[in-house]
Amino acid sequence: MLLIRCPYCEEERPELEFRNAGEAHIARSANIAGESDDDFEKFFFIRSNPKGIIYERWRHMHGCARFFNAVRDTVTDKFIMTYKAGEPKPSKLPRNSSEVVAK
Amino acid sequence: MSGAFRIPSAGRLRQAKTARFSFDGQSYVGIEGDTLASALLANGVHLVGRSFKYHRPRGILSAGAEEPNALVEIKRDAARKTPNVRATVQELYDGLAAQSQNRWPSLSFDVSAVNDIASPLFSAGFYYKTFMWPKAAWKSLYEPKIRAAAGLGVSPDKPDPDHYSSRYAHCDVLVLGGGAAGIAAALAAAETGARVILADEQADFGGSLRFESGARIDGQGGFAWAQAAVAKLAAMDNVRVLPRTTAFGYYAQNFVGLVERVSDHLSTPGHELPRERLWQVRAKRVVLASGAIERHMVFADNDRPGVMLAGAARTYLNHYGVAVGRNVGVYTANDSAYAAAIDLKKAGVNVAAIVDLRDNPTGPVIDEARALGIEINFGRAVIRAGGKLRVSSMTVQPKNGGGERTIPVDAILMSAGWTPSVHLFSQSRGKVAFNDETKRFVPGTYAQDCVSVGACNGTDGLSATIDEAYAAGAKAAKEAGAKAAKGAKPKVDASESWSRGMLGAAPGAGADTTVKAFVDFQNDVTAKDIRQAVHEGMRSIEHVKRFTTNGMATDQGKTSNMHGLAIAAETLGKPIPEVGLTTFRAPYTPVTFGAIVSHARGPLFDPTRKTAIHPWAEAQGAVFEDVGQWKRAWYFPKAGEDMHAAVDRECVAVRNTAGLFDASTLGKIEVVGPDAAKFMELLYTNPWEKLEPGRCRYGIMLREDGFIYDDGVVGRLAPDRFHVTTTTGGAPRVMNHMEDYLQTEFPHLNVWLTSITEQWAVIAVQGPKSRDIIAPLVEGIDMSDEALPHMSVREGKICGVPTRLFRMSFTGERGFEVNVPADYGQAVWEALWAEGQKHGAAAYGTEAMHVLRAEKGYIIVGQDTDGTVTPNDAGLDWAVGKKKTDFVGIRGLTRPDLVASGRKQLVGLKTKDPKVVLEEGAQIVEDPKQAIPMKMIGHVTSSYWSQNCGRSIALALVAGGRDRMGDTLYVPMPDGVIEVEVTGMVFFDETGGRLNG
Repeated sequence: MLLIRCPYCEEERPELEFRNAGEAHIARSANIAGESDDDFEKFFFIRSNPKGIIYERWRHMHGCARFFNAVRDTVTDKFIMTYKAGEPKPSKLPRNSSEVVAK
Repeated sequence: MSGAFRIPSAGRLRQAKTARFSFDGQSYVGIEGDTLASALLANGVHLVGRSFKYHRPRGILSAGAEEPNALVEIKRDAARKTPNVRATVQELYDGLAAQSQNRWPSLSFDVSAVNDIASPLFSAGFYYKTFMWPKAAWKSLYEPKIRAAAGLGVSPDKPDPDHYSSRYAHCDVLVLGGGAAGIAAALAAAETGARVILADEQADFGGSLRFESGARIDGQGGFAWAQAAVAKLAAMDNVRVLPRTTAFGYYAQNFVGLVERVSDHLSTPGHELPRERLWQVRAKRVVLASGAIERHMVFADNDRPGVMLAGAARTYLNHYGVAVGRNVGVYTANDSAYAAAIDLKKAGVNVAAIVDLRDNPTGPVIDEARALGIEINFGRAVIRAGGKLRVSSMTVQPKNGGGERTIPVDAILMSAGWTPSVHLFSQSRGKVAFNDETKRFVPGTYAQDCVSVGACNGTDGLSATIDEAYAAGAKAAKEAGAKAAKGAKPKVDASESWSRGMLGAAPGAGADTTVKAFVDFQNDVTAKDIRQAVHEGMRSIEHVKRFTTNGMATDQGKTSNMHGLAIAAETLGKPIPEVGLTTFRAPYTPVTFGAIVSHARGPLFDPTRKTAIHPWAEAQGAVFEDVGQWKRAWYFPKAGEDMHAAVDRECVAVRNTAGLFDASTLGKIEVVGPDAAKFMELLYTNPWEKLEPGRCRYGIMLREDGFIYDDGVVGRLAPDRFHVTTTTGGAPRVMNHMEDYLQTEFPHLNVWLTSITEQWAVIAVQGPKSRDIIAPLVEGIDMSDEALPHMSVREGKICGVPTRLFRMSFTGERGFEVNVPADYGQAVWEALWAEGQKHGAAAYGTEAMHVLRAEKGYIIVGQDTDGTVTPNDAGLDWAVGKKKTDFVGIRGLTRPDLVASGRKQLVGLKTKDPKVVLEEGAQIVEDPKQAIPMKMIGHVTSSYWSQNCGRSIALALVAGGRDRMGDTLYVPMPDGVIEVEVTGMVFFDETGGRLNG
């Protein structure tokens, strides 16, 4: 069971308290009614499925109930960082989580 | 007397405390502190089971968790029956009853042992090749027969009467393994004040100190030191000591699963004790001190009862005071078996001979064995064990061939060396590294915050182990935030010598032979099977494993993996690391379902939600149905009524007089704030800004793709306050959906969302007499049609308690939904019921509710819609605000597929024969005479007998349905085709006049 840091509670809490809410940083257009079919397809249907770093939305369902964003490595399953909803996609990550601790 | 093989001067158990037990119906006496295995051996019993495939007689191989052979069933009573218990782990208690497994009619005469003679037919991959044809026979013939013949114990067939508990724990340092290394690490960590948990799978801490008679620490014997050290740890406030506790799984971020056997060792466990306790521990640092497991020698018939690991024989002698034989032979490729021979010889057991594969080893143990007069044969191999139900001899030959010599023995103690137990390290996703010099896989690259110490790290010798473990314990505590240690490192005064061993088949079981030299005892895999797998094309060890099933039994190959790997590597002509080690997976040893499930079973498996009015319905004899977690009254049968009669009566009563219905399970969300109306505009298709306070509207919620997600009546209580209702099942996801948009897409809106489902009990009063029933109880609300028209809401009082009174209808009759605080729900219901009785009202359940709404063509989201239905498909286009520029789903609705013609649309169906009721889910076709598979143009979504209409009614999704009004369609069923006519969705009171009158 993973530990996930809620950026609102500012605490690491067990995975059971959270619920994944899909990919992050997919903005809903302010003029969604006027969007082209292609743009709507990209917005609603197309999701990335990377081997490595993924930006996701999570909700602290059984805690503060806030939605927030997280950076996770799909190879190691490690959370690299979490940040509040509405904050920009981080340009720099703290460290590459795919590197393992060498003894 | 606790067994003829008990040596009173040896061991640590007190003779006074005897325990009676039985094995296969035969009574024996053991001593408290024994394991079932040690007690059986004390009574001279080696034969304890039959093997998985060949049904060969099997004895006790080990003295610990790695045991592959000695699996028995322990039975306390008819329901408390545990199969596949390792006799080497099960502690003896007075009255213990054990049975052998996988044999018929008896352990000493087992008819399936014919498999052993026929074994050339059953070699590796036999199942894959033999049972392929005919294909159909697999399910009907082969699989049932194989399952009956093979296998281990029999699963219990009654509900488990025991209870299990579960705990979470957090600590700074979790030490797994309570041998010398684990204890030293725990001492170092505990002395810093860090929170420490020390767990060991045995009843007694000490690990190999249980048998290492040559170890002395801090001026006392190794085992005595271990007891003193653990007692000191247990007395510290910051330490938790868990004996009989196995770490079975190492998960992400130092989350470790342990199972504690709380009462399996007790003669009469009180019911207040759980049988087992699951510990879910989150540790800042983990110290792995899991030790090493001795390997057996791979030679012909090495599975005969009486052939066992040398370290196990030492444990039985030095800890339990049991001699495993009277005339033992020793077969070894390293030093440690000499210590077993020396200890047994000193205890008065005859050691017939030591056979050592090595040419000219030297060292203190060899000198000591020689000094005791034990015959030692270097450079020789045991090529065969004699005997069947018990070993009777060992046949010795120079390892490069030559004359054979058979030595009579009643036990063979063997040691091929020690395998570091890297299971938990590997489970933590650490990568092992092969040490070519010592031929061992040891921890290489770490993936988590843990460290391995002692034998599991490939560290040899007691001094080196304690140095390493003590330093690691202190470091782990420091990394977890503790200060420096203040204690003193344990001082090793004496220890035993160590040497590396050998891997793979011994001489006499090599590639040129066809003997049964077992590698994996539990799955009956021989050296020959592994070579055969390579010859048949398996190259990766993962393939060899699956083809032969080597290491795939419940012991997970603790004794067999390295031998199997070495034989595969030798046959492939490749170095061991290139062939690779199989992955270790949780659980380390089998874990009961009970421990994992803990209290979450029966009524505690999932919460049961009951409304405030539930007790009344129960008292009235209502039949309930499950709707998600809710229990809902389904119908209220009177004496002699079946469901059909009850539902008909309830439906008629509602339309003739009135009915009361418990609608409390409806999801309810309060949307509050200055921007509440704006938020509602964005979340629902309908316009809300102009809805006046005190009025209601039926709202439709879409997903962004344009499909119906939920629906419900929304009342506007004030300009900034909406009382939103959702479907019963949809409440949590609607709340999540709303929160998602509010928090992430529309955070500029000043709105608060509150779930009020549980706060309000809802009593629907529906029917022509509904107002007459409610009015006498209401204060402060004008109940006239002018003041309270259909689709309006007022706040006031009923029976003296606050109410939100909705004038609304899900039946097509004049109707009200009385919301009262849930605590008053039953009292208000009873008051309304008393009023209703004056008018002949009935209570109705969910089934009547479904029929009544279907008579009016009101849809149920999730029954008449399935996530691919648009408002237009459902005939609800009127509820979509045409002038709106944005709402969730607005763009989805204009997708090409959603505006195309020929979409499935919701329509009514009337069967040509009014008595025939369609089946929900039945498929609809245009031409019943077409060839199969027919073209299906839709399906029935709702179907009922309507007593009010005097006929059956149905709703259906049909392609282009609204253009087919009056058409005849067909519903093919197994017993004939049903003719139906396409109609509108309203079957009763088409003009809707009854809503107001």
